Amino acid sequence: MSTWERVCPLDRLTPDRGAVALLGGAQVAIFRLSSGEVYALGNRDPFSGAQVLARGIVGDRGGVPKVASPVYKQSFCLRTGSCLDDPGVGVPSYPVRIEDDGWVAVAP
Amino acid sequence: MIPDPDRPVLVVAGNGMVGHHFLEAAVERGLHRSHRIVVLGEERGAAYDRVHLTTALEGADPDALRLGAPEFHQVHGIDLRPGRRAEALDPAARTVTASGGDVIGYDALVLATGSAPFVPPVPGTDLAGVFVYRTLDDVEAIRAWASQCERGVVVGGGLLGLEAAGALRALGVQVTVVELADRLMAVQLDGPGGKALRRRIEGLGIEVRTGVAASAVLGTHDGRVAGLAFEEDEGISAGIVVFAAGIRPRDELARAAGLTLGDRGGVAVDDTLATSDPRVWAIGEVAAHRGGRPYGLVSPGYRQAEVVADRLAGGTATFEGADTSTKLKLLGVDVACVGDGFATTDGAEEISYADPVTGVYKKLVLSADGRRILGGMLVGDAGAYDSVLSYVRNDLPAPDRPERLILPAAGGGAVGLRPGDLPDSATICSCLNVAKGAVCEAIVAGDLADAAGVKACTRAGTGCGSCVPVLTELVNDERRKAGKEVVTRLCEHFGQSRAQLFEIVRVTGIRTFAELIDRFGTGAGCEVCKPAVASMLASLASGYILDGEQSTLQDTNDHFLANLQRDGTYSVVPRVPGGEITPAQLIALGEVARDFDLYTKITGGQRVDLFGARVDQLPAIWARLVGAGFESGHAYGKAVRTVKSCVGDTWCRYGVQDSVGMAIRLELRYRGLRSPHKLKLAVSGCARECAEAQGKDVGVIATERGWNLYVGGNGGMRPQHAVLLAEDLDDEALITAIDRFLMYYVRTADRLERTATWLTKLEGGLNHLKAVVLEDSLGICADLEADMARHVDTYQCEWQATLADPVRLARFRPFLNSDEPDLSRGYVRVRGQRQPAALEPARQ
Repeated sequence: MSTWERVCPLDRLTPDRGAVALLGGAQVAIFRLSSGEVYALGNRDPFSGAQVLARGIVGDRGGVPKVASPVYKQSFCLRTGSCLDDPGVGVPSYPVRIEDDGWVAVAP
Repeated sequence: MIPDPDRPVLVVAGNGMVGHHFLEAAVERGLHRSHRIVVLGEERGAAYDRVHLTTALEGADPDALRLGAPEFHQVHGIDLRPGRRAEALDPAARTVTASGGDVIGYDALVLATGSAPFVPPVPGTDLAGVFVYRTLDDVEAIRAWASQCERGVVVGGGLLGLEAAGALRALGVQVTVVELADRLMAVQLDGPGGKALRRRIEGLGIEVRTGVAASAVLGTHDGRVAGLAFEEDEGISAGIVVFAAGIRPRDELARAAGLTLGDRGGVAVDDTLATSDPRVWAIGEVAAHRGGRPYGLVSPGYRQAEVVADRLAGGTATFEGADTSTKLKLLGVDVACVGDGFATTDGAEEISYADPVTGVYKKLVLSADGRRILGGMLVGDAGAYDSVLSYVRNDLPAPDRPERLILPAAGGGAVGLRPGDLPDSATICSCLNVAKGAVCEAIVAGDLADAAGVKACTRAGTGCGSCVPVLTELVNDERRKAGKEVVTRLCEHFGQSRAQLFEIVRVTGIRTFAELIDRFGTGAGCEVCKPAVASMLASLASGYILDGEQSTLQDTNDHFLANLQRDGTYSVVPRVPGGEITPAQLIALGEVARDFDLYTKITGGQRVDLFGARVDQLPAIWARLVGAGFESGHAYGKAVRTVKSCVGDTWCRYGVQDSVGMAIRLELRYRGLRSPHKLKLAVSGCARECAEAQGKDVGVIATERGWNLYVGGNGGMRPQHAVLLAEDLDDEALITAIDRFLMYYVRTADRLERTATWLTKLEGGLNHLKAVVLEDSLGICADLEADMARHVDTYQCEWQATLADPVRLARFRPFLNSDEPDLSRGYVRVRGQRQPAALEPARQ
């Protein structure tokens, strides 16, 4: 059973831009949207193998929040991690919560 | 990490490429937290890239072949035991006994023991100077021994044998390759293919003998190799013999434990990679999938590793076999085999092309009705590999006259060819290898309205993206043909074209994306509209491109002011105006590259590209570069890149103007200008055109009376010559004309549309352009000039601005919760420089 790992205060995250947390050696991409939601996905882009998803541009497709990999531009759903351009491909997605003191915590 | 007695134990037997890939896949899925992982590896050190063993023989640092970061196992709490081989397996007791005597209980066991070279049972294989070619230790031993040898023999004419032969040759040994079959690479190639390859290999000075079986290794009286004897042929004298005649799975552990084996050896596994014991899995060269022959390639093994990791993490992934199509480069010779290359399908027909002089052989295998391409074989020129592979893998209908895929091209393409004029068989997307026919079919069948639709249906344009403008044009062509409205919307969030949005931004004075999408678009934006709008804002407002909201709009290149590379690191290109550089600056550049171990390459734009910088290193690298007087080269942006020049009349006997001086003046004027696509310029000092100005967006060629101005040239995928816009301009008139031309293009072009395409599509063409830029027919020239003047006045080096501001520097921190650098990537040394290790090597 995973436990919540505290990452940083929410205001360290730039809205609509990703950043990376190192959790137990694994890279987790954390996205704070200007609409308020915070999401966490595995940082590894499955198409290139590079640890880069946090560096993609965030936005939406048909209202679904997503990030586009900066390497070959496939989009991944921020809610589930599934690839919107290639069904069957996906990245892990992790639960996120904002703690009482305003810190972001992720359950990797 | 503290051992936790409650966590289940996962033992991995074998620490080769596939075993290591399994560990990476396991860590990715958190198995290192849910399990205690113990790895047994027979070899001394950490896992390494066996595919590139040859580079170690050629003298590269063996450490460069290492897979993953040195601290990988420690960081993830993995108990790696190098030099400990798994010697016995007791499935009933669920224990593995390691060499040295440790008995390890397991809850899950992954066999990744790989394979061993096959050495034929002939006398003399124990002589000193007989080697196999498999491990770093083998390579070290061969290297040490070969230095005293003049002649050598490699037994085996397959992939490994030829690699070994190439390595011996590189060590200065005169090599003979002997092969039992009647041709080289008998598994991958047919008779004519083997013949073409043989011709190429012999052309390299390597002797080849086929259809011969070694009967004994001959020795000297003191136990050293003297040569090789054959059953029915004259022997060969040699000081070194290397056996590389195939591999046998290392299934002895499973065999002794009573697990079910495959028909030809290897441990039998099902589609979940489980063996006959559900707690034991097998992957890589020891796994006999569905009881068949194990794969001798690394990529199926990698996929198997991922499936087992997924299963252990509770997933349901399966492995249903792998395509064994391969493309190799052996001793510099391309060899490829796709699908049913041997035409074993009933009724299959073959078309082949052979050029015995150059040693090129190409073959297509077609279905009996000629409607499908089933496979192919390519030797000496594998240029058609991607196309053939895509027809086979996608089961696409064969193009008209499929032989054109393998025949040498007759004549070049017409200048200014529109995508609509291309034959259906032309490849539009070379990355995903999608042909024009498939794109057009998808457009009609799906009633697609834009390039995004084509990307979703055909995956064309999802690789490097350079074909997206072509996709858009094809969509528009098809819609025009069908009498439908041509939609030029930028993306799903904006119904306007880029040019329309640019006008909106210019006229309304809106200066934020949020306001623009709120008033003129819908949704939250995406990777298409955000950078496009950021570019417009930069062209019109010329502020620091990463302040406030703008930092969220930029593509990663603009965000980190460097060029993203395939491994997730960046390259750095300082500006070298006109290609003129002082020796002191060149030395400073070299020192930075050396100190940060950056791969260094001269670009076509007369500057120096430094590769392999991590995000967290960029500020330190740029602090040094700025200190040495360099500024950003904007290689990362859709912006003015370089103004290339020849040396001009200051030195050249033929020059008629100072082309370097003009190039520097232009580059300093237009540096940093954001545009719909990259812009390249050049200035030649005479009509000899050494700067290749007619291949540039803006090309300037000196005449006795001034400068000729060419525009709309392009290199790249679809080369196009620039066209003459104006003749014999003086310096000031030249700059005014370029100011107007560039700004008119920036205002009106579509996203990612180079000047060449823009000009081809421009209504009224060159005459219209001349009227606008030279005669001010639209009355906008004063505006265009004012826009450019603002750009010139407000230019600042983005790197200087970044280094001066701690807030801006904060984004270069590697992790939110750690300052330790991200060392998760592997590198190899090639020709004395660092390169990324293949993330998924294609072969073994």
